[in-house]
Amino acid sequence: MIEVKSLYKSFEDKDVLKDINCVFENGKTNLIIGQSGSGKTVLMKCIVGLFRPTSGEVLYDGRDLVTMNKQEWKMLRREMGMLFQSAALFDSMTVLENVMFPLDMFSRDNYADRVRRAQFCLDRVNLLEAQNKFPDEISGGMQKRAAIARAIALNPKYLFCDEPNSGLDPKTSLVIDDLIHDITVEFDMTTIINTHDMNSVMGIGENILYIYEGHKEWQGNKDQIMNSTNERLNSFIFASDLFRKVKEANK
Amino acid sequence: MLLDKSVATFGRYLMLMGRTFSRPERMRMFFKQYIKEMSQQGVDSIGIVLLISFFIGAVICIQIKLNIESPWMPKFVTGYTTREIMLLEFSSSIMCLILAGKVGSNIASEIGTMRVTQQIDALEIMGVNSANYLILPKVLGMMTMMPVLVCFSIFSGFIGAYATAVVGHIITVDDLTLGLQHEFNEWYVWMGFIKSIFFAFVITSVSAFYGYTVEGGSVEVGKASTDSVVSSSVLILFSDVLLTQLLS
Repeated sequence: MIEVKSLYKSFEDKDVLKDINCVFENGKTNLIIGQSGSGKTVLMKCIVGLFRPTSGEVLYDGRDLVTMNKQEWKMLRREMGMLFQSAALFDSMTVLENVMFPLDMFSRDNYADRVRRAQFCLDRVNLLEAQNKFPDEISGGMQKRAAIARAIALNPKYLFCDEPNSGLDPKTSLVIDDLIHDITVEFDMTTIINTHDMNSVMGIGENILYIYEGHKEWQGNKDQIMNSTNERLNSFIFASDLFRKVKEANK
Repeated sequence: MLLDKSVATFGRYLMLMGRTFSRPERMRMFFKQYIKEMSQQGVDSIGIVLLISFFIGAVICIQIKLNIESPWMPKFVTGYTTREIMLLEFSSSIMCLILAGKVGSNIASEIGTMRVTQQIDALEIMGVNSANYLILPKVLGMMTMMPVLVCFSIFSGFIGAYATAVVGHIITVDDLTLGLQHEFNEWYVWMGFIKSIFFAFVITSVSAFYGYTVEGGSVEVGKASTDSVVSSSVLILFSDVLLTQLLS
């Protein structure tokens, strides 16, 4: 479980995040949504430690990220996996080598065991047949799946996904969403997804945090979102005709 | 203002070097990268070093023969001067300037691209010291290979000079050989090695710094690549003066 308490983040004079309080539970897919420039990427970066908050706490199962010493921080990072918007696979390595990289770096297992674990992760994301290909030889969706396999290689407790569906067609997006959701439940991870994709919100949003101009505007799940009376949330979620019609049909 | 910026940049460079020169996370991974970098930065540069040095050796020999030698000069002066230029300046300093263009831009664009495509962020999230993992093998690999490249350059230059004797008949082989052997000072070779190792550090660390600190997209990566070549070339020229004074 990850708890964020009274989190503030400023850049020079600009307050980007203001008093964010939320809980991300394990075994659930937690979504952070919001308009471009609302501060959701900054929040994600504060949670994973790429930005240091101006004030506040980020608790990983009770351990405060902000006050951790270097060694504790190093150990915590090994419990994290992250899927980047661009997949961020190492382009000089094959898919298998990419997935093996965290194992090569931190695992004490022998080579055969490391290969076996990497192949297990690739098999889990249905990508075993592409193990010897380089990232630029596979599609965007396959790159995302390879990045998920790399993120789960060390069996992390926390999984972060920064816009996992960006640049993917709707069908592939659903595959990625389902994969992230299934892996979250299967490995009982705390997963936080930063997304714009309303299909993801409606499909796998078990705990949704809506950020508006740097503060928490709304929190709930996909069922509650349909009946929400929050005007700002509704104008964001139901901006497209399709979702507006779905809501009207539900009424 | 400019001074402030320069001091700030130098401070950031020192901080990056502090992170770079720490104990590698996994020695096995470090050696794998180290060998790869020696091949990529060093072995892959042998061709261009041999080619340029061969022609420069030949041209130096022809120029000295045509412009310096006279009836009052001993016949070995052409070979002697060719050797001294190759040992003292060309193979150690000018060759490093050329390599700053090839190796420096390669390093800056490689690391810069990794930065803008979030590959460095991915390393950091995994808990890997990205500066140490990416930069240290490049710096040590190039510092290891540079004296080897200097050796290749020296011998290729001499072969170029012999080519002018054998093919062009500009000078006799005996006169050239006599000049190349005349009052040989072994320290000049060591001086070239010392200078080249220092320049290898300058090229790789400065280029890696520019690549690592890129912010933006492909335009900024291109700019970082150009800036790295310009900065490392200027630093090589400045430090060449200091090192030459210090070692001579």
